[in-house]
Amino acid sequence: MVLFALRRLIISIPLLVGITFVSYLVISLAPGGPLDFLTPEDPNASPEVKERLIKEFGLDQPLYIQYGKWLSRAVRLDFGRSFLPDGKPVLTKIGERLPITLLLNVIEMLIIVGLAVPIGVMSATRQYSLYDKVTTVFVFIGFATPDFWLALLLMILFGLQLGWLPISGLRSLNFEYLSFWAQQWDFLSHLVLPIVVATFGGLAGFSRYMRQSMLEVIRQDYIQTARAKGLSERVVIGKHALRNALLPVVTILGLSLPGLIGGSIIVETIFAIPGMGQLMVQSVFSRDYPVVMGNLVIVATLTLVANLVADVAYGLVDPRIRLGGRRRRR
Amino acid sequence: MAARVIKNRGEVRLFWRSFSRNQLAMCGGIVVAVLVVVAVAAPVLAPWDPNGVDTKRILASPSKSHWLGTDPLGRDVLSRVLYGSRISLAVGFVSVGIATILGTVLGAAAGYHGGLVDNFIMRLVDLMLVFPRFFLLLAVLAFLKPSIWTIMAVIGLTGWMGVARLVRAEFLTLREREFVIWSESIGAGALRVIFRHILPNAMAPVLVAMTLGIPAAILTEAGLSFLGLGVQPPYATWGNILNDGRDYMEIAWWMTLYPGLAILFTVLSYNLLGEGIRDALDPRLRRAGVGRILRLGR
Repeated sequence: MVLFALRRLIISIPLLVGITFVSYLVISLAPGGPLDFLTPEDPNASPEVKERLIKEFGLDQPLYIQYGKWLSRAVRLDFGRSFLPDGKPVLTKIGERLPITLLLNVIEMLIIVGLAVPIGVMSATRQYSLYDKVTTVFVFIGFATPDFWLALLLMILFGLQLGWLPISGLRSLNFEYLSFWAQQWDFLSHLVLPIVVATFGGLAGFSRYMRQSMLEVIRQDYIQTARAKGLSERVVIGKHALRNALLPVVTILGLSLPGLIGGSIIVETIFAIPGMGQLMVQSVFSRDYPVVMGNLVIVATLTLVANLVADVAYGLVDPRIRLGGRRRRR
Repeated sequence: MAARVIKNRGEVRLFWRSFSRNQLAMCGGIVVAVLVVVAVAAPVLAPWDPNGVDTKRILASPSKSHWLGTDPLGRDVLSRVLYGSRISLAVGFVSVGIATILGTVLGAAAGYHGGLVDNFIMRLVDLMLVFPRFFLLLAVLAFLKPSIWTIMAVIGLTGWMGVARLVRAEFLTLREREFVIWSESIGAGALRVIFRHILPNAMAPVLVAMTLGIPAAILTEAGLSFLGLGVQPPYATWGNILNDGRDYMEIAWWMTLYPGLAILFTVLSYNLLGEGIRDALDPRLRRAGVGRILRLGR
């Protein structure tokens, strides 16, 4: 098992290097170099800033030396400083934003798994029933609903028309004057709409995978055997079938993570949540390149780590993967 | 040659027989066809100039003269939604075209040559998949001047990985088949084998991936335009109509509801069509298609 985990770890090292390379490639996309974008009207365009940029990125040197220098600092998690007047280190800025994005994504993941597994299992065990049909319609509408549109509709309905839920930020203006429990409630109520929006699409996709996986397992011989030896349907489905049906889903969970994290861009922007997604949009608009690049590297690395965890978890629960010796095809 | 034509006609007939029985897929296909006509004929169909500012009719609610109301500049929302379908369609088709060509070439190279080439290309796929797509798109767009062409290019260049994997998988199995080995044994070159013998047999899943890739590209473009990083004004796109309506949500719900419904129906139709094509092309690939679950027309 340790060997299997180590092997997966070693495979992901070149990917990590690749992440930094692609991120650096992005900055070189700018025709005439990143300095070209600092127009005279731009508040960032003072001679000192240009000077600092040239020094910080070594823009007077060839690309591979630039990349080497940037990389040697990036491995120490030093992504330079923001171009904005506050001039904070990029890592500090990201550090301020990371916890809330992680919190949201973990909650979303738990909700998606917690709901999609029972939905998928019930659709599979009652194939072609009314319940199965209703969930299928729901799944197809879920696939096709743009998350930003759903967010706007929910904001109009629950925020503006009914006034039940707050629609922006993480805390109310009077947060400091609330009692401890009222503060917790205030925080949670701010999270409801963003989480509903972010889980909607993922829930549709995931319950469909779960249904498919369960349908395949139910047709296996060992399920027939379990039934034949007189086990109750509960035990057959809940124990024998479910365990095996969950296996491929672990991988899909890992693979769907980039989409979920990418979704935080839209959700955080609409609901004004100060997370990584909002930071990304803000720095793209203010052309704050060090933050854009740092953000890209961190987000991709997080995804890589999550995929690694999913891979190892798969090996942990399914001995065929780690003992089979052959790389599974994805 | 004659035998080939007859065989092809038989395949098409089989495909059509299976496809036309799937009512949901037919509905999807018809809606998609109507959408293409609407996009092409938008200048004829639109009752108003999509960019015609009318200061006397600012944020007018839906009425007989403006079926879907007007926006804060007094522009007709229906006309803008109709014109928006042109952008969505163009971005969908072109970016999926780019992704398909790139993915097919790389997937074919990986699957046919194997070894180092395969390893390199597949690691590239893994690498691209590690980036959350929206973050990558935003980072690239931060450095480029946004225009419809850059949007098409970046959506295409970040969306080829699925096709590459599909084509590679097809090539891996087809490469070992007798007809490929025989044609190699009589001296057919690599290019001839790839394009003449393997690729035509590998196109079915690619066709499905394309049909399902178009709605994904449309959603991505709408999201980018909604953030203000997509196709820029004065072009009307579904995403930026929604963005224009954001500040007026409370008083002008029609600017939020209708463009969103347009996206929803478009994406839904393409998805149903894509599923239908997949079911009809290869019964073995038939996952529990939506038509079968709903027991429509079977």
